[in-house]
Amino acid sequence: MLEPVNVSLESLNLMTLSPMLIPIIGALLIIVIDIIKGGLDKTLYVAISLLFLFIDFNAVLSSATTFAEDGTIMGVFDMMLIDGLAILAQLIIVGASMLFIPLALTHKRFHEFSYPEFFALFLFMLSGFQFMVATDSLILIFVGLETASLALYTMIAMHNRDKSFEAAVKYFTMGALAAGFYSFGSMVFYALTGSVEINQIATVLAANGYADIGYVLVGVVFMLGSLGFKVSLVPFHTWAPDVYEGASASMAGFMSIVPKIAVFIVAMRLFEFLIHSGVVWLEIVLYIVVVLTMTMANIWALVQSDVKRMLAYSSISHAGFVMAAILIGTTQSNSALFLYWVLFSFTNLGAFSMLWISRQKHLPDYQSSDHSYDKFAGMIQTAPVAAVIMGLFMLSLAGIPPFALFWGKLYIISSAVSSGYTVLALIMALNSAIAGYYYLKLIIYMFMKEPVMGNDGHVYVSNATLALKSIIGFAAVGTIFAFVLLNPLLEFITAFVYNSGY
Amino acid sequence: MLDHILSILIFFPVLAALLGFMIHKDSIRAYGVSVAAIEFVLSLFLWFSFDSNVSGMQFMEQIPLVPSFGINYILGVDGISLFIIVLAAFFTMIGIASLTDTKNVKNMIITLLFLQMTMVGVFAALDAIVFYVFWELSLVPMLYIIGAWGGPLRVYASVKFFLYTFAGSLVMLVGMLFMAYFYYQATGQWSFAILDWYRLILPETFQLWLFAAFFIGFAIKVPMFPFHTWLPYAHGQAPTIGSVILAAILLKMGTYAFIRFSLPLFPDASTFFMFPIAIIAIIMIVYTAMVAYAQEDVKQVVAYSSVSHMGVIILGTFALNVEGITGSIFLMIAHGVVSGALFLLVGVIYDRRHTKMMSEFGGLAHIMPRYATIFGLMLMASVGMPLTINFVGEFLSLLGFYQQSHILTLLAGIAIIVGAIYMLAAYKRMFFGEVTNEKNRNLPDVNKRELMALIPLSIITVWLGIYPKPILEPINNSVESIVQLMHDKSITEEAKSRIPNLASKGIEITRTSMKEAH
Repeated sequence: MLEPVNVSLESLNLMTLSPMLIPIIGALLIIVIDIIKGGLDKTLYVAISLLFLFIDFNAVLSSATTFAEDGTIMGVFDMMLIDGLAILAQLIIVGASMLFIPLALTHKRFHEFSYPEFFALFLFMLSGFQFMVATDSLILIFVGLETASLALYTMIAMHNRDKSFEAAVKYFTMGALAAGFYSFGSMVFYALTGSVEINQIATVLAANGYADIGYVLVGVVFMLGSLGFKVSLVPFHTWAPDVYEGASASMAGFMSIVPKIAVFIVAMRLFEFLIHSGVVWLEIVLYIVVVLTMTMANIWALVQSDVKRMLAYSSISHAGFVMAAILIGTTQSNSALFLYWVLFSFTNLGAFSMLWISRQKHLPDYQSSDHSYDKFAGMIQTAPVAAVIMGLFMLSLAGIPPFALFWGKLYIISSAVSSGYTVLALIMALNSAIAGYYYLKLIIYMFMKEPVMGNDGHVYVSNATLALKSIIGFAAVGTIFAFVLLNPLLEFITAFVYNSGY
Repeated sequence: MLDHILSILIFFPVLAALLGFMIHKDSIRAYGVSVAAIEFVLSLFLWFSFDSNVSGMQFMEQIPLVPSFGINYILGVDGISLFIIVLAAFFTMIGIASLTDTKNVKNMIITLLFLQMTMVGVFAALDAIVFYVFWELSLVPMLYIIGAWGGPLRVYASVKFFLYTFAGSLVMLVGMLFMAYFYYQATGQWSFAILDWYRLILPETFQLWLFAAFFIGFAIKVPMFPFHTWLPYAHGQAPTIGSVILAAILLKMGTYAFIRFSLPLFPDASTFFMFPIAIIAIIMIVYTAMVAYAQEDVKQVVAYSSVSHMGVIILGTFALNVEGITGSIFLMIAHGVVSGALFLLVGVIYDRRHTKMMSEFGGLAHIMPRYATIFGLMLMASVGMPLTINFVGEFLSLLGFYQQSHILTLLAGIAIIVGAIYMLAAYKRMFFGEVTNEKNRNLPDVNKRELMALIPLSIITVWLGIYPKPILEPINNSVESIVQLMHDKSITEEAKSRIPNLASKGIEITRTSMKEAH
């Protein structure tokens, strides 16, 4: 007879699940409401989503308080791992989503927002990302990643344009390949160590002194392929510009922030011990990927004729920048990663929202694409405030002080300097200079060219409502006055990262 | 008020610029002039409250920004930065006052006020990151001024200007981060405060690398040969006001930064690189003088002569002794006044004829005598005639370098004579001889608005040429303390012998100023 397994409910620590369950409950509620009474307005669903995000945010904050007092918490048969990284990442994920979801309140009607399922999928996706960052188990990471990705593919396709379908299918097929890579990589690690928990893997590998280095490398390469796909590292980036172009601008902004931070956490957990293992090979592989991502994406961005595609390549380049923090792998650099990503969220979401409020349904003759550079020519004369705000976001992305992203760059480059990566620091600095050119290009179009005939400036704010303007205003204020909040933010992040042992 | 006068000087123009958005575009010019005048008066007030017997930093302010990373908002002035701040306020004022009819004049004036903030900020900042913030931020208004109001190639010129400087400063930023890290290693605390860094003695190899990183940032800004190629474009395409501010103030940021950062932080590296840099400076003086001689466009002549004079400033700076550095700081101010005036003068003729080609002119002295007189005076000042402002600076710079190398100083002296040739040739082509072009016959002489800008500049040119003491003395005091600091910090024999050891007076003062920082 089998021994009954005695598990006390106490030891399960079910409270660790609460931040992930809240969006799921929200999503189910939205579906239930739709079943009871269909055809309700999108404002209802936006409000419900926001409320649940708000509760979610508070749940994460309360687990942050617990973490500050008691340290890392494990739960649910040690599947859940609530450490500082998990909490910081969840704060970014939920916070950025709270900025994203009101972008649905556009002036024009768009297909996807008329479906309540869009909002339900959105909340499901969030819980997927939250699971991903709050675990040490490769299997739960996989489940979270796939839940989130499938929801994301659908949401892209719901934009209901030819290019959106193309983007969704492209993303889906490439994503499936990445999922295959991921499972293969996990399998290799499991075969080597007999565990799917990252810390167990690290312990076992360290214990046998990386005897099977060949297999470890195979595993690393597959993991790098799949994670690199998700955060769009060169050479796994090819989907990014097309998908960003096909998705709505707000969705593209979202994709450049939230999914990536989730994957960065996984990469940090996985690569940290590998890099510190002293096996030079791993470091070189990552080094090459980081430098390639930063440099190549910048060079491709130079030749784009569409602002959205340019921003897509710029996001790739920023991802490479942040990946450098993982490569460096000190407490300072890991804190820099979070700092950078918080500041990047503000700026990039603001920039994409500026594109979103100028969304056109019908293109005039002189425009080859929805957000071609020509569209923004002479914007300072027709829509001066919008032009100044857009210019602000571009300067921030380029890393001009004192705007938000400069401080992130400063701190990451400083972490490279402090840990002896001098060449990397120089490469990062020079890449910022290259990137300056394409951000400047948009500024030149906006401020120094004459407007195209027939453009009266209405187009730039044609999609704007009070909600969208508030979001943009919020992002702009955050971008300008980042330096005020920098110190508390930095201390908070550093304390959390340090106490998680990274 | 005196406690925060520097903050007021920095942020008053911004506040005014923000309020300026609501002013009607017909009244904006008067508003701009009043704001700039108030700012100038404030800067004069700063000068009069400045104690010229103290060589250290005065009017210091300190607010922590990111204490956990050692970034503080620290301001202060000494004799080195004081006069450049006054000059910046002065040139913004006369720049706005003499602004001719421009389209979008409101945007222009608001941009100029923003630019003024960054200019004062750079010279008042005593924290490397705050310095860097203003240094980079100054590119943005200038980019807009060149790109929106410039000539046909304005976009190319503005982008080249921006990217060149931006790339250089990013390398400098890496250098700053290294400095802060070394400070962290030495003391266990992050700090970007320049006065903290002054106390750090680095091994020679580190000094050489860091000197190189800072050098790239500064040399592009100055601009030193061979990084000077952006400047003629920027000047050629910029509107008059842009050229004036660029030549008078923005270029000085680079040479000022050499004295504020490179020399005291890396005395051994400065000695090590003294001769290579001196040779570059001499190439700069000779080569650009020759290029200037070949120009057809009078504005390009002034632009290249500007580069040429910056060479003398660099030479004086790297003399590494009190005479040379004092001379180079004085020459910065002198060059600001004179080249600013020359660009204004070129602007005067451009407004009338819409061309800057010298071949279009000739015999202007008959038609515009007052214009020809002021131009002649500024030209004499530019070639370094005794009793004009430039002479004092050039003489002291060369005197300083003479103590380091006789041959190189001789070469530089000859090069300055070459400078006289092209300026006089240009003057001859424009002003002497018969009036050959009929279009020039009825040109009006300088009007009141232009005189308002030009007469004060002429007075300064002559006054400081005859009696430079009020400016020279405070500069000299501050420079002495810097040179003493360099001597104390240097570790190699070579540097100890090249950098003079002054009387103990200097040491005392440096010590007190160091205490003030904490």
